[in-house]
Amino acid sequence: MNVIYFIKDIVLPPLLEGTLVTIKLLILSIPLGLLLGIVIAGGRVYGNKIISFLCASYTIFFRGTPLLVQLFVIYYGLPSIGIYFSPFVAAVVGFVLCSGAYHSEYIRGAIQSIKSGQMMAAEALGMSKFKAVIYIIFPQALRRALPGCSNEIVYLVKYSSLAFMVTCIELTGAGKIIATRYFRYTEVFLVIGIIYLLMVSVVTKLLSIVEKKLKIPGLG
Amino acid sequence: MTEDFLAIYEALPYLLRGSLVTIGLVGGALALGLALGIPMAIGQVYGNKYIAGLISFYVWFFRGLPVLVLLFLFYFGLFTVLGLDLSAFTAGILVLGLRSAAYQSQIFRGSIQSLGEGHMLAALSLGMSKSKAAWHIILPQALRISIPGWSNEYSIILKDSAVTYAIGLTEIMTRGNFISTRTFKPMPIFLTCALIFLILTYGGIKFLSLLEKKVKIPGYGTEREEIY
Amino acid sequence: MQKDKAIVLKVEDIHKKYGNVEVLRGISFEVKKGETKVIIGPSGSGKSTLLRCINQLTIPDKGRIWLENEEVTHTKKNITQFRQKIGMVFQDFNLFDHLNALRNVEIGLIKVRGMGKDEARQKALEELKQVGLEEQAHLYPAQLSGGQKQRVSIARTLAMDPSVILFDEPTSALDPELIGEVLEVIKKLALNGMTMAVVTHEMGFARSVANEVIFMEDGKIVDQGPPRKLFTNPEHVRTKKFLYKITELYGRAVEEK
Repeated sequence: MNVIYFIKDIVLPPLLEGTLVTIKLLILSIPLGLLLGIVIAGGRVYGNKIISFLCASYTIFFRGTPLLVQLFVIYYGLPSIGIYFSPFVAAVVGFVLCSGAYHSEYIRGAIQSIKSGQMMAAEALGMSKFKAVIYIIFPQALRRALPGCSNEIVYLVKYSSLAFMVTCIELTGAGKIIATRYFRYTEVFLVIGIIYLLMVSVVTKLLSIVEKKLKIPGLG
Repeated sequence: MTEDFLAIYEALPYLLRGSLVTIGLVGGALALGLALGIPMAIGQVYGNKYIAGLISFYVWFFRGLPVLVLLFLFYFGLFTVLGLDLSAFTAGILVLGLRSAAYQSQIFRGSIQSLGEGHMLAALSLGMSKSKAAWHIILPQALRISIPGWSNEYSIILKDSAVTYAIGLTEIMTRGNFISTRTFKPMPIFLTCALIFLILTYGGIKFLSLLEKKVKIPGYGTEREEIY
Repeated sequence: MQKDKAIVLKVEDIHKKYGNVEVLRGISFEVKKGETKVIIGPSGSGKSTLLRCINQLTIPDKGRIWLENEEVTHTKKNITQFRQKIGMVFQDFNLFDHLNALRNVEIGLIKVRGMGKDEARQKALEELKQVGLEEQAHLYPAQLSGGQKQRVSIARTLAMDPSVILFDEPTSALDPELIGEVLEVIKKLALNGMTMAVVTHEMGFARSVANEVIFMEDGKIVDQGPPRKLFTNPEHVRTKKFLYKITELYGRAVEEK
C-alpha cells in the first residue's frame, strides 16, 4: 500500500516528465540518424575515392567506439575548441552521429545486394546515374535494410538513457534523482524498466506495421 | 598542441591500466553469458514449454531494458535488497553477463535451429539421449556457426562496458574523466579513450575472425556480413 | 528489294578488352531502318558485350558508333539522350522489382521524358496491350512468369519509342514452354517495321525473321548473310561446325523446306 502510493504520487510524475524528454530526444534522433545513414551509405557506394574514404572512416570511428565516449567528446570535449552544446542538443548530436553509422552499414549492404541489372536497365532507359539511384536503387535498398535499421532504432530507444551521462535529464536521469532522494532504487528502476519495455514494444509494433506497408507483393 | 600530446603521454599508463579493467570486465561478462547462454539456447529449442517460456521471459526482460537501467537496478537496488555487498567490478560482470546471456542464447538458438532437426534425429536413432546428443553433436557445430554473431556480441559488450562508469567502476571512461577534469584537456584525453576502444574493438574482431578460420569445417562456407 | 533504306545504326571497328582477354576484336556492321539483324555465335564470343557497347553501358576501347547519323561514341554529355532512342531487352529481364508492371513501363516516360502522369499511364497501358498483358498491369514482377516478365520488359522498351531495339538473348533465361510467347511478340515487332538487333540461340526464329544473320566467334565476325544462305549453305567451315553443334543441342533441323 505504501509502495503503491509512493509510486503513484511521488515517483510517476517526474518519471513521466523524463519520459517526455526521452520521446523528444527520439523524435529528433531517429529520423535524422536514418537520414544521415542514407547519405553516408550513398557517399560510400557512389562517391569518388575521397568521399568514399571519408564515409568509411566516419563509419569505422562511430561503430568502433562506445556511444558514451562519443557523447563525452561532444559535450565535454568540444567546448575546449569553442563549440558549446546544451545537454539535450549534445545528446541528439551524439545519437544522430552514432546511429547514422550503424544505419549506413545496413543500407550499404542492402544497396550492394541489389543486382547490377537493375542499374543497367535504368541507365538503358536513359536515366542518369543520379535518377537511377533515387528512383530504382534506393526504394529497393531501403526496403531490404528495414530489418537492420529497425533493430538499430530499437537500440536507440534504449540507449537514449545515456543522455543522462551528459546531464540531460530524461527518463533514467529523472529516476536516478528520485531514487537517490528516497533511497528506493529497486522500486523506481523497476517502474523505469516497465516504461522502457512499453516504449520498446510500441516502437517495435510501429516498425512492423511500416514493414508490412512497404512490402513488395510476391517477394519473400 | 604539444601540451595536448604531453597530457596524453602522461595519461596513457593510467588509462591503459583502465583497459585491463575493461578487458577483465568484458571477458568475465562474455564468459558468464556463454555459460548461461548455451543451456538457455538448448532449453529453448529442446525443452518443454514451461522452460522455454521462462527463458523467453528472461530474454525479453534483459534485452528490453537499457544497460544503464539494469546497472542502476541491480547495483543500487537489487543487490542491496538481497544484502549482497559487491564491488562495482563484480556487479558489472554480473549485470553485463546476465544481459549478454540473453543475447547469446538467441545467437546459439539461431545456430542450433539452422542446423535443422536432421542431426538430432540421427543422434537419437543411434541411441543417444537428448542431452548427450545436444552436447556431442549439436553444440560443436552450432558453436562454430555462432562465431560471427558472437563476434558482434563481443564488440557490443566492449562498448557497453563504458557505461559502468555510471556505477563508479574505474575502467577507461572513469579514468579518462578523472584526468580530463584535472588537466582541463577533455578533448585529447577522451579522443585517446576513443582510440583505445577502437583498437580493442577491431583487434578483438580480427582475432575472432582468425579463430573462425582456424576452426572452420571444410566444405561449409559461411556467408557472413561483417557487423561490428 | 530494299534500296538505300536509311542506316539507323552503324558500328565501326569496335574493340574491347577485359584484363588480358580481348573480347571484341574489330566488329563492324550496320542496321538499316526496318531491318532485323540476328547475331549468333558460341558463348564468350562477345555478343552481349557488343550490345552493351552500343548503348555505352560498356565503354569500348576503340571504335565508333553512329545512331541515325549522329555519333554516339564519347558523347558523355548526351548519352542519356541517345539511350532513350536505343532500346535494350536483357536476358534477365531486369524489371524494377519494387514497381508493378504498369509502373515499370511508365517510369521511363515520367522520369526520363518528363511526360505527365496521365499521358504516361495511357501510353503504358497501350504498350502492355501490344504485348498482351493489360490484365497483368497491376501485378509485381515477383508475381509474373518469366515469359510475362520479358514481355513487360519489351513493353517498357517500346514505350520510349526507340529508333532501334537491342535484344540480348531475350529467351535464354526462360523455361521452354514460355519461349514461344516472347518470340511471337518480337516477330510482331519485326513485321511492323521495328529496327532490331537480336542476339539469340533460337535458330528457327532467326530463320523466319532475320534480314541478315551475323555469325560471331572469338570477338570477330566470321560470317554474315541472309538466313537462307547462312543456314543451308554457309561458306565458312566454322559456321558449319557451330550450326551442327546447335542443331545437336536443340534437336532442331536447321534445314527446312
